[in-house]
Amino acid sequence: MKQDGRFGEFGGFYVPEVLIPALEELEEAFLRFTADAGFNGELQNLLKNYAGRPTPLYFAKRLSELAGFKIYLKREDLLHGGAHKMNNTLGQGLLAKYMGKKKLIAETGAGQHGLATAMVGALFGMETKIFMGETDIERQSVNVHKMKLCGAEVIGVEGGTGTLKDAINDALRYWTANVSDTFYLFGSAAGPHPYPVIVKHFQSCIGTEARQQCIEQTGRLPDMVAACVGGGSNAIGIFSAFLKDKDVQIVGVEAGGSAKDRLAAGHHAATLAAGKVGILHGSKTYLLQNDDGQIAETESISAGLDYPGVGPEHSFLKDTGRVKYVPAFDEDALDAFELLTKTEGILPALESSHAIAYVMSLKGKLSPATSVIVNLSGRGDKDVGIVEKYRPVK
Amino acid sequence: MKTYKELFAQLKRPALIPFFVIGDPDYETSLEIVKRAIDAGADILELGIPFSDPIADGPTIQKADVRALAGGMTVSKALDFIRQIKQYKDIPIGLLLYYNLVYQKGIKEFFKDFYRAGVNSILIADLSIDDADEIAPAAREAGLDTVFMVTPNADEQRIKQIASQTSGFIYAVSLLGVTGVREGLSDTIEGFIKKLKKLTATPVCVGFGISKPEHAAAVARAGADGVIIGSKIVRIIEDNLNNKKKMLSELAAFITECKKAIEKAR
Ligand SMILES: Cc1ncc(COP(=O)(O)O)c(C=O)c1O
Repeated sequence: MKQDGRFGEFGGFYVPEVLIPALEELEEAFLRFTADAGFNGELQNLLKNYAGRPTPLYFAKRLSELAGFKIYLKREDLLHGGAHKMNNTLGQGLLAKYMGKKKLIAETGAGQHGLATAMVGALFGMETKIFMGETDIERQSVNVHKMKLCGAEVIGVEGGTGTLKDAINDALRYWTANVSDTFYLFGSAAGPHPYPVIVKHFQSCIGTEARQQCIEQTGRLPDMVAACVGGGSNAIGIFSAFLKDKDVQIVGVEAGGSAKDRLAAGHHAATLAAGKVGILHGSKTYLLQNDDGQIAETESISAGLDYPGVGPEHSFLKDTGRVKYVPAFDEDALDAFELLTKTEGILPALESSHAIAYVMSLKGKLSPATSVIVNLSGRGDKDVGIVEKYRPVK
Repeated sequence: MKTYKELFAQLKRPALIPFFVIGDPDYETSLEIVKRAIDAGADILELGIPFSDPIADGPTIQKADVRALAGGMTVSKALDFIRQIKQYKDIPIGLLLYYNLVYQKGIKEFFKDFYRAGVNSILIADLSIDDADEIAPAAREAGLDTVFMVTPNADEQRIKQIASQTSGFIYAVSLLGVTGVREGLSDTIEGFIKKLKKLTATPVCVGFGISKPEHAAAVARAGADGVIIGSKIVRIIEDNLNNKKKMLSELAAFITECKKAIEKAR
């Protein structure tokens, strides 16, 4: 490996030996093609004309009036596929194409990454397999159907709690047996090196755009940037542009599970708030686990945040204190979903609703001149059934 | 405590190395199973501590991990287990597990405790030689051999690097993939073993997918110093969960058969 893939002590590539050559090949291709004008030109063209970049930075006036400070939404919900995931799947998909790979595999939780991979698989004419936990298949069924319509095979994973962690386990196992012709299109800024670096690279357009748009619209930098954190890809995508801006406060919002469980072990996914450092899925990072190191079960209303690990750079940013990580509960996310829908006519994904929930919890605590950018990582169409279950419309 | 060196020098044939998940399906049964395997002719034991997320393992060993964890297996009970096995017989034991379990206990303490309990070597499924520095000094200090895996997709340079970090024996993975019972042996296995034997003087033990006495014999004929049988043995446990007597007798019969096949092979 050319790079050590470390963020302080975090990261690395703790994988079975058989995967090392594949990760080396991937790192090599990533470094080569992202320095290649042809590759970058093709990607920029796809991001613009296929996916719809740049996405708007929208001043949410009515929501701001309610909060008492200014809220800007980075509209990744408007990106093709309905979430930020497409930035990464186009980038990695094109990388697969340049590497001459003909088969894609991916894990998915909420189904947004699976869908974005299935779309790219269709676009590039690649055979695509999506690994998805049985629990998630049930609660995100709309996305399962869409993936199949795009021609992908959706493989149900029964192990564990049938969520994102289990899908990653099985995707890694499948990759181990098929490394020679298969590209593993990892969906978050987690996993073994070089994935955290690759995913950050392809998601950093969110932050680069948002920073410039904010300066254009307001004449200055925001006071705060907030994003939800599952594995951490949408968050690192927007945070990365602001890390050096010392006056910009940065907040990552994790899934706190149901408020009644009060972050009890097994009932939430607030990895950075309640975890300990360990090794899972190829990376040294904060993890939810017991004393022996067995990985804990997690719970969240949002499939995309329901993961006991987190990308290693977030562990680093937590320890250095540059980013603050806080949990938001299921109920608060549901409130935020309803609020944004009612006040702005925008249906946020339940994942993104966690970030909105945190920002709304600051109501009355910030001066009216304060401006906050929230990364609206995805749209909520996929979650309408879940919201209906918890909050039936009268 | 018997070392691999002593054992390999004594044996005039490849070693038979069954693999078990400690505590599968429960502590007491697991103890009986392993003792029975020793009686049936195991030369070395490969023992795994169950992990919640075994990414290098196929469904059979995944289920064994689930059973063992549901049965209450912990790292400290695994220590007791190994002590009890060593009291029964001084047989070399290789420990195979995932890194997080070592990391949480503390690498130094983990190695010291397990060496004292009677373990000869440590193999961490999700730690490659690229990070050997994190464990090798502590393993050496504790007295443990460090076993690493080598896979058929490694080039010559990588094989040499792996061999240089490995002591005790090198674990040759017979195929590209996770553990699991398989019908046939990979057709590249013979060439792979021969290549390894040329590149290293460290004993080469071969595992993954070896499911029949014929497979064991073929691997032995190709020049392996040891034959590791995992999923097939765990499958015998799984298939007989309701009948312990049958489980133990089938297991003993299978191990005896494999042993005979190996003995005849050379
Ligand atoms: C809309 C949306 N936001 C956020 C996430 C969480 O992933 P990450 O933390 O990698 O951005 C997901 C994952 O499925 C998602 O679909």
